[in-house]
Amino acid sequence: MGFIFKMAWRDTRASRRRLLLYSLAIVLGVAALVAVGALRDNLRGAIEEQTKGLLGADLVVTSRARLTPEVETFIKGLGGEQARETAFNSMLVLPAPQRGTRLVYVRAIEGGFPFYGEFTTQPAGARAALAHGLNAVLEESLLVQFGLAVGDKVRLGSAEFIVAGALQKVPGESAAVATLAPRVFIPLAAVTGTGLLREGSLSRHRTYLKFPREFDVEKLVADLRGRFRELRLGFDTVEERKRELGQSIRNVNSFLSLVGFASLFLGAIGVASAIHAHISQKLPTVAVLRCLGASARTSFSIYLLQGLGLGFVGAGLGALLGLAVQVALPYLVKDFLPFTFEFFISWAATGRGFGAGLVVCGLFALLPLLQVRRVSPLLTLRSAFAEGTGLRRDPWRYALLLVIVALIFGFAIWQAERWQWGVGFAVALLAGFGVLAGVAKLVAWLARRFTPRQLPFAWRQGLANLHRPNNRTVLLLVSLGMGTFLMLTLYLTHDTLLSQLRLAGGNDRPNLMLFDIQDDQVEPLKKLLAVGGTPVRQQAAIVTMRIAALQGRPAGEILKDTRSRIPSWTLRREYRSTYRGGLSDTEKVVAGSFTARAEPGAARVPVSVEESLARDLQLGVGDKIDFDVQGVVMPAVVGSLRQVDWQRMQPNFFIVFPEGVLESAPKFHVVALRAATPADSARVQQAVVREFPNVSAIDLALIMQTIDGVYAKASFVVQFLALFTVVTGVVVLAGAVLIGRHQRVRESVLLRTLGATKAQVNRIILAEYLALGTLGAAVGALLAVGANWALAHYVFSLKWVNPSPLVLLTGWAAVAVVTVVTGLLSSRGICDHPPLEVLRQET
Amino acid sequence: MSVQSILKVQHLTKIYATASGSLTVLHGVGFDLSAGCTCAIVGPSGSGKTTLLGLCAGLDQPTAGTVELDGRDIGRLTEDERALIRNECVGFVFQNFQLIPTLTARENVLVPLELRGGVVREQDAVELLARVGLGDRLDHYPAQLSGGEQQRVALARAFSNRPRLLFCDEPTGNLDDDTAHAMVDLIFGLNRERGTTLVLVTHNLDLARRTQRILRLRGGAVVADEPTGA
Repeated sequence: MGFIFKMAWRDTRASRRRLLLYSLAIVLGVAALVAVGALRDNLRGAIEEQTKGLLGADLVVTSRARLTPEVETFIKGLGGEQARETAFNSMLVLPAPQRGTRLVYVRAIEGGFPFYGEFTTQPAGARAALAHGLNAVLEESLLVQFGLAVGDKVRLGSAEFIVAGALQKVPGESAAVATLAPRVFIPLAAVTGTGLLREGSLSRHRTYLKFPREFDVEKLVADLRGRFRELRLGFDTVEERKRELGQSIRNVNSFLSLVGFASLFLGAIGVASAIHAHISQKLPTVAVLRCLGASARTSFSIYLLQGLGLGFVGAGLGALLGLAVQVALPYLVKDFLPFTFEFFISWAATGRGFGAGLVVCGLFALLPLLQVRRVSPLLTLRSAFAEGTGLRRDPWRYALLLVIVALIFGFAIWQAERWQWGVGFAVALLAGFGVLAGVAKLVAWLARRFTPRQLPFAWRQGLANLHRPNNRTVLLLVSLGMGTFLMLTLYLTHDTLLSQLRLAGGNDRPNLMLFDIQDDQVEPLKKLLAVGGTPVRQQAAIVTMRIAALQGRPAGEILKDTRSRIPSWTLRREYRSTYRGGLSDTEKVVAGSFTARAEPGAARVPVSVEESLARDLQLGVGDKIDFDVQGVVMPAVVGSLRQVDWQRMQPNFFIVFPEGVLESAPKFHVVALRAATPADSARVQQAVVREFPNVSAIDLALIMQTIDGVYAKASFVVQFLALFTVVTGVVVLAGAVLIGRHQRVRESVLLRTLGATKAQVNRIILAEYLALGTLGAAVGALLAVGANWALAHYVFSLKWVNPSPLVLLTGWAAVAVVTVVTGLLSSRGICDHPPLEVLRQET
Repeated sequence: MSVQSILKVQHLTKIYATASGSLTVLHGVGFDLSAGCTCAIVGPSGSGKTTLLGLCAGLDQPTAGTVELDGRDIGRLTEDERALIRNECVGFVFQNFQLIPTLTARENVLVPLELRGGVVREQDAVELLARVGLGDRLDHYPAQLSGGEQQRVALARAFSNRPRLLFCDEPTGNLDDDTAHAMVDLIFGLNRERGTTLVLVTHNLDLARRTQRILRLRGGAVVADEPTGA
């Protein structure tokens, strides 16, 4: 054993720096796994520590309708200490000089909420001001955005509130949820004075409950689950919230881990390739050792030890870098977390990442190492014996490949929680590598067959490097292509989501919606908008209702039926339906026929149901459906099924009634209009809120801004890790260039001996890396376009739009430039020595 | 087999499979070497000299026939068993030196001893290097030595495990005349001192004549087996 260690160490003398560089290929992959694992451990710890602060209460009961006396009695009967909240969207009117308006989420509270956790404000203690009077605590971002200060006045509906403080953190919600509509807390008693909540207004009513420490909340909700459903109440307990949070964290973590794994996998391929080159150079040494009496096991062990040492160094450096990244990740994700936490270094995650790096690196290094076992001592006599080591028929090679594939699947399945996702990821990863490797082989073949003879000498030589023996075409195209693919996919997905919204608001389509308009406000509002030059494009009446029965079977009964395949949300939710005499331009009937006006005296009203909802409810044309329209049962029948383009900024509905049925039901209205400029939009919103304080507005620009902001934050985390893959690609590239350096030096010296200038030699290198960089980036970009299409089509269900050529060109050019620069930098010095000196070194 | 026989070759045949069919490099070769003798194998290029040397040294397996090295039929042994025999009783000197480039002269000489395991006396390597005139070059790497110096390190290494048989493949092929003469003197001197059997493959007939016996190969067969009177 002593000799093996000694020889393994001595043998690296001339190549330690190079081996260190090779080991860097896995550093970033390991760092990513360590960082992601540590984040998960931290979040798990934080959830356990802050259990009750996650919800602010032991139990939260939610109703989407005003509480009926029956519900009131039921909730009071639950006991414990109770606090109430009514929440709804509205427009906040800002004082002079801003005179602006902003959609906000009003949370009117009464009682001791939160019972657990902290309601953090600036200045501290502003929560106390919500016990009485007309005080408001506003989301901190609102104060910053509009330059508001404590003591300023803001208006909600008809009431004016004094800003008591800035909200920094409240139990149960992350800051990201308030991006579209920042939160404004006011006393519950002040809601009436605002005049904002009228009949049919959209609002949520929550009751927060605190029980004695020994009280079993889980048992209570388990016992009353049926009753909650019957009363159409939602409920949330600490355990439920922990499960949900744990699941979300697992999902995000799986995704991030898989991105990290892709980087590690890429790095491992780089290591395998580097070891292959290293071993190829060491074959004469192995043969000499065999001649001198070293057994196959001894010589194999020497190089295995080197491979493991390389993995050890790479995984160790990766773990160290991962520790540094661990410190940064919590800041990157803090806006998505409903709690703050004290960060701790997770040694378990560090160990796991280190272990994964060592195992993956060791396995991949074994592939090229297998040939060491078969090196013949005859190689010392004749170099021709180097060939035909029979590696391709080596059963160990196949066994090792199988283990590697099993490892990829195993890791992906372990990380992905759901085995189907894991299998999908592993297949996609292997397929991505397969496609890139296939393209690389094709490129090498094409370069051999079709390099134009009329090209200048340097370019012909450069392109010939793509196919000659010991070329790096496959390795470089795979690493560059994979990095480009991941980065561009993320960018294009971001672009697709935003361009969809731009399309939704383009072509003179509506880009502003006003809602919560009462019956008596419709005409004056229309007049106001017409005078302001922004006439109403579309108007819809909204009647809230629930499903009472399907095919004669009561909804409550179906909900209790454990064998039912109908998703429970479809039966519990409140539907905002409309009535009209025709289809809108976003709708198309796909089955049955649309009824414009109900026949007087018909036993059942023919309604039109959106096709995906009909699928969920297992309904077809002619099936019976009974609605509970605010206490009145309305029997209906499915008259038609509609396909709806939900992406448009206009009122769309799951259920459309014919005219002549719902006109007298309590309702409110929504209108859609188009404002030519953001300034027009702001002016319209201010005018409307001034005249009709209860009416809220939602602006397409605001949605786009919100999605852009949320996506930017989320994608930053992912891109941060995807960047690891790209940098790994660059490290692999630099390693690959150095691997070939030995060969390059000899060639360059021979060429220079034959009269080539330094410039010509450099042009040959430039041609090769330009070809590799542009091709790798192009294939990666094409794969990204494919992935972007698949994501748009299968995940987001969006109409795919051609990706921006500018984005593709920029990504492609950037990768090509990085490749060429890295290639040239790593080849520095090849021409800096006199040929004689280099020839002497090479002997 | 006579008591003193160290290498006995019988009906040795080696056939290689090539793309254009099988190629017989050696067929029916046989000879016997007693311990302590010196022998040269000569012949034109392609006559099978190097193949014969490789088979005799246990670097490859014959297609037919036997090679008995120190009384053991090495054709029946596995590659690792043959490696053990090489380490115990064979030394090599190659035309292109075959030093391990990452090891110093001293370390190169020590490798066969270290491979055996157990206590390694560094002094043995130092003495051997001093014997070949490289006492002041102990810690030089092969790239820092001239061709003649590298070959002397290789010779010191060949003797470091006290071999019973020394195989030399064109040991002066890459050296100038003066260096080659000095090298040959060293090989024969050390051989005498240590009582080693020497098998030399060479094109150089003057060198061959310094051995006790010359085996002439042509077309893969021994065409003459002549004592030289040396």
